[in-house]
Amino acid sequence: MKTMIKNGIVYQNGKFESLDILFEGHKITQIGKDISIKADETIDAAGKHVLPGLVDIHCHLRDPGFTYKEDIISGTKAAARGGFTTVCAMPNTDPVVDNIATVEFIQRRAKDLGFCKVKVIGAITKQIEGKEISEMASMKEGGIIAISDDGNCVQNGKLMMNCMKYAANFHLPVIIHAEDYNFAGKGQIHSGKAASQLGLSGIPAIAEEVIIARDIMLAESTKARLHVAHVSSARSLELIKQAKDKGLPVSCEVTPHHLLLNEMATITFDTNTKCKPPLRSEKDRLALLEGLKSGLIDCIATDHAPHADYEKELEFDKAPFGINGFEAAFASLYTHLVIPGHLSLERLIEALTSAPAQLFSLNAGVLEEGATADLVIADLHQTITLTADNMLSKAKNTPWIDKELKGKMLSTFCEGRITWQA
Amino acid sequence: MSNTFHFINRSMFDLDDYSADEIMFILEAAQGMKEINLREYKKIPTLRGKTVCTLFIENSTRTRMSFELAASRLSADVVSFQESTSALSKGESLQDTVYTLNAMGIDLYVIRHSSPGSPQLVNKYSGKPVINGGDGRHAHPTQALLDIFSIWERLHSLKGLKITIVGDILNSRVVRSNLIGMKKLGAHVTVCGPRTLMPGHMEEVYGCKVEYDLKTALKDADCVMGLRMQLERQTEGLFPSLEEYTKHYVLSKDTIKWAKKDALIMHPGPMNRGVEILPEIADSSQSIITEQVANGVAVRMALLFLILGGKA
Repeated sequence: MKTMIKNGIVYQNGKFESLDILFEGHKITQIGKDISIKADETIDAAGKHVLPGLVDIHCHLRDPGFTYKEDIISGTKAAARGGFTTVCAMPNTDPVVDNIATVEFIQRRAKDLGFCKVKVIGAITKQIEGKEISEMASMKEGGIIAISDDGNCVQNGKLMMNCMKYAANFHLPVIIHAEDYNFAGKGQIHSGKAASQLGLSGIPAIAEEVIIARDIMLAESTKARLHVAHVSSARSLELIKQAKDKGLPVSCEVTPHHLLLNEMATITFDTNTKCKPPLRSEKDRLALLEGLKSGLIDCIATDHAPHADYEKELEFDKAPFGINGFEAAFASLYTHLVIPGHLSLERLIEALTSAPAQLFSLNAGVLEEGATADLVIADLHQTITLTADNMLSKAKNTPWIDKELKGKMLSTFCEGRITWQA
Repeated sequence: MSNTFHFINRSMFDLDDYSADEIMFILEAAQGMKEINLREYKKIPTLRGKTVCTLFIENSTRTRMSFELAASRLSADVVSFQESTSALSKGESLQDTVYTLNAMGIDLYVIRHSSPGSPQLVNKYSGKPVINGGDGRHAHPTQALLDIFSIWERLHSLKGLKITIVGDILNSRVVRSNLIGMKKLGAHVTVCGPRTLMPGHMEEVYGCKVEYDLKTALKDADCVMGLRMQLERQTEGLFPSLEEYTKHYVLSKDTIKWAKKDALIMHPGPMNRGVEILPEIADSSQSIITEQVANGVAVRMALLFLILGGKA
């Protein structure tokens, strides 16, 4: 079956151009002006943007083990609605993804039931407990793209060194959730103005920074490829810049919420703003935005972290950390960064498509002839309002709930198959 | 007494939602209530038929008694819910507890809880007015009101006064609420304690002064408040010993000399005599510590009266 998308504003090689796209089965066969081949189905995309399917290298699908929060079906449906065609799932499930059987289980479920492609990230340590190296080489044979103990952080530097050496041996990128537990303590939000005002315990930025500094040093000595997840502070960026300037294989991502919100978002005790690392100061937020613009920050990742209503509807210090990310990611960033002129649309799309795909050598994120037909048709003039009733994720824990945003994904195609239609 | 401000069914989470005029109105109402507490028969029928629930998820005998006395003296029915005997220890969520209590027909909740922001949750789940009786390290607005009332009654105005609060600022909800309320009424507040017990951004957030040296902090103070110093902070690595703390931050005859002559001495209680304050000061003629306790009942009566729309 041939599908033609006519006259869309197509994002290709960092630019927008009015083009037609023809795809056949799961491959893009032609991109050009006024393609005259007759298709089985033709979609008029005049005035609409046609983007590569978005790529998220950091999410929690909660399956297996926590399917009351999210499962592979609801999670990938939500991802497709947000324009994502490839997502990478973190291993903190139950059982933990620290063995090849669980890797294969998730991949099979995603293949059979999913609404987007799911890549699996394996654990650095068994049970993500920070005690013993996981069977990462076997998991790599099973298909993992990287390793991470996300949600947890290996506190023992010597063990981390060994994990990184071992990962380097099998060419696995190491993704770190940088958090020194002694500094973080029982902290709830950033150690800053809001914490002083609300009487909540703080998580100082140094909790993240010392681990980033440590792991950059370890990357240098072990030759492991290091990726810093959800970077949140200005000083973390300074450390990453030093490492990059030195030519070390270090990259990092930023979440939409750290780009859009600061610590003051928490002032109403809204547990939907409670996340790790915490929303930091405005100064940090502005540094992150600059970092994204300059390329110091490689890409955007949602850290989609669904939690059930009844878990978030608790006292602030009892509610779990995490923000639901897929459905609001593009629209919130487009509305609050691109429209006011803080970020170009081109950079936003790059940071959500080709940039993350390249980091982990995912075959995704570009529109070109011969590429997989992963694409989205978006109407940047239309608005969306996510509500508890219309969200596709099982969980509703987003600070953007009930808020009108611009930028609507009209349809998402994953491998040529339609996975979302507004 | 005319209720020209809109107090009816309004919660008190902290003093920041109340204007200076509204705070003054509460103080004036409290003065009326204080008179009732001096009568032989300390009861008026104004809140007859109303039910107040004291929901104490964290233990506090004094504050709970003060609220319960206040409600009883206005003839409201009082039910008390305490953590130790409650369903919460059986794993029930705060939300379900509130739904359960609400079904019994509660008109107003007073909550004490270790989690900041929990009064807002109780209000959200119950739809009823909530008075914050202390939420973690966040706020304790009725304590601040009674502190402010006690100063106001003695010195007639807070405008231009220098008030110094000494001790564990980091862990004190009393300080946070007092900083908001005292500033609204025009006082200049200085907070003093060791750096490890001082939260960041205090000047920026509260417009107060921060001093680490007791002598500097007490200079020209009209009013000095000591805070309870808890031994557990020592195990948290925040200071080495009570002895060393006392040496540098105790309110004593010797140190209080640095304040104005006849400066008022206050303490929200319970006191650690010999740690943050010496008996020679706590029991001196300058001390209004027991007055604070008496005023607490009056202030809470005023607040309950105003929120539940009592008839004068």
